[in-house]
Amino acid sequence: MSTFHAALSNPFLQTLVPVAILAGLTAGIAHQTGFLTPQPSTAALFAPQTVTIPPRTFTYRSDGEFIRGTYATDAPMQTVIESRPLTIMKHQVSLAEYGVCVADGVCKSPEAVSYSLGNVPVTGVNYDDAQTYAKWLSERTGELWSLPTDQQLAFAAGTGFPDDAFGLEDDGTNPAIRWLADYRREAAERSKRDPVPRILGSYGENEYGLSDFGGNVWEWTNTCHRRVQLDKAGSVIRSEDICGVYVTVGNHRAPMTSFVRDPKGGGCAVGTPPDNLGFRLVKSTEWYAPLLGALRNRGINL
Amino acid sequence: MTDQFQVTRRTMLAGAAIASAVAPIVTATFAQAEEAPAKMNPTDLSHLPRVKVELVKPPFVHEHTQKAEGGPKIVEFTMTIEEKKLILDDAGTEVHAMTFDGSVPGPLMVVHQNDYVELTLINPETNTLQHNIDFHSATGALGGGALTIVNPGEKAILRFKATKAGVFVYHCAPPGMVPWHVTSGMNGAIMVLPREGLTDGHGKELVYDKVYYVGEQDFYVPKDEKGNYKKYETAGDAYADTLAVMRTLTPSHVVFNGAVGALTGENALKAAVGEKVLIVHSQANRDTRPHLIGGHGDYVWQTGKFNNVPDRDQETWFIPGGTAGAAFYTFEQPGIYAYVNHNLIEAFELGAAGHFAVTGDWNDDLMTAVLAPSQV
Repeated sequence: MSTFHAALSNPFLQTLVPVAILAGLTAGIAHQTGFLTPQPSTAALFAPQTVTIPPRTFTYRSDGEFIRGTYATDAPMQTVIESRPLTIMKHQVSLAEYGVCVADGVCKSPEAVSYSLGNVPVTGVNYDDAQTYAKWLSERTGELWSLPTDQQLAFAAGTGFPDDAFGLEDDGTNPAIRWLADYRREAAERSKRDPVPRILGSYGENEYGLSDFGGNVWEWTNTCHRRVQLDKAGSVIRSEDICGVYVTVGNHRAPMTSFVRDPKGGGCAVGTPPDNLGFRLVKSTEWYAPLLGALRNRGINL
Repeated sequence: MTDQFQVTRRTMLAGAAIASAVAPIVTATFAQAEEAPAKMNPTDLSHLPRVKVELVKPPFVHEHTQKAEGGPKIVEFTMTIEEKKLILDDAGTEVHAMTFDGSVPGPLMVVHQNDYVELTLINPETNTLQHNIDFHSATGALGGGALTIVNPGEKAILRFKATKAGVFVYHCAPPGMVPWHVTSGMNGAIMVLPREGLTDGHGKELVYDKVYYVGEQDFYVPKDEKGNYKKYETAGDAYADTLAVMRTLTPSHVVFNGAVGALTGENALKAAVGEKVLIVHSQANRDTRPHLIGGHGDYVWQTGKFNNVPDRDQETWFIPGGTAGAAFYTFEQPGIYAYVNHNLIEAFELGAAGHFAVTGDWNDDLMTAVLAPSQV
């Protein structure tokens, strides 16, 4: 490849040639293996409404549990230069949409759903349920749908994304100051909310047309929870991913074990858990998305 | 099949007839007084001072002195029975509750040993059922139950001498329907303090800065064939199904102070490091085992009777069904504590958990994080 690049100075060709070669290879492989099937004729029936988040530079509070010394502290801010747009479901996946996957015999029935209205977000679903739905929807639409990362949600949620920092005057000698602040904030938030899921659109749209983010349904992400150890000066000493526990985001972040469908009393005994667990998906719009999707269907995640 | 359980207002009231059978002497007294409701006129207590108490909703407790001032008094209370719909959990599960003074549990009443408790019990016309009150702290007449049977639109006044010191359950006990009323929320507690206040049994006074009253309640809400909790128009409509669930002895909810989460979040119990807190805990129907996660019971009267020497330094204490217990604790560390029934399934799945939010300085000597959680 590097000889090609050296030889070709035309920017158009610089892009076109590798694209053409890769596309040819892809098509060849796909043809040989039978990976690629044409988009199903019924795809349009399943196509969810999406919004496109335009590229921008944004800043958000990092995910994860940050520890300075031996006690928890605020996570640092993170600035991201996002040069590509993101296509994401406008609404959280609804009970009706999810119900089609259940009727197909692919998805499991959501847990503890006591309402019958279809036009509400599906809740009572765990991380694996969300992944199963993403795979099913991808097959039904011939597109590549997946759970967003925490950063993608921050990108899409914009000003509606929560900042979990406390900004406490904390000299690190009294861990209870943080526990109490956390407890009070979550209690105050919770007292304002009605946990019963509401009709799609009830919580309004953000500046990009994204609907209902930060309502009473927390959204699963593909981002593993992590624990980050800082030194006294605030530099990262080490970061450990805790996969099996994923970041969920509503009006605060909540790390959630992948198999949990109905979030109850968080942690050992205290803290206010999310009201409900649901999700929305992002659509990969890269030209090679179908190949990624086909690989994923065969259990290969790139 | 449900015919035998069909409960109408009239059959509820028919319970009065059964009541008469239980307390024939009382009935005779009433029967003789045809024109006006009978009024017993026992010992002359007219020389005793009277005080009137305004009850407050649990977990809070009305103002009182820990040591008695002066000699015995007649302490007047008024409780109005309220039949009302309560929401038990976030899912909106409903129960047709029966309550003393509008709350589950009913308010904690506080007097001193050898005071006279004089309760006016009102059953408003708006209610549909017959009620009464059985004080475990009282002597005679089924704890007062036989003297206080009130139909909707009636009231009764009961006076009894609080001869035993301790925390005691009171509950409704209408003939034939005792467990239904009790498990519909109709219970509370009274605290009869020793006249000299609490001690450790060895001469050391135990003076609390705060007292909280936790009433634990088991509810038995029927489910439909899909597994969803059923809702009913009236308590009577719910009776047959509820009784069927009660007979399984498997509660659908076990909660503190009337609902899942009633003592959490913004309603968490508050304390500060160094504060001495007395936690009164009653369970009128089932055994319970309170535990303060991250703390202890410094002095615990498991069965709640203050003339016994309290147990020291308890981790978990056992309160038999139909009993109130009391635990005295000085908070030593700030943070969030969970106060639970340490049958943890009942605590975390059925609702028997509350929180203490405790402010103050951290004590590194008592506990310190030597290494934050990290990979081995």
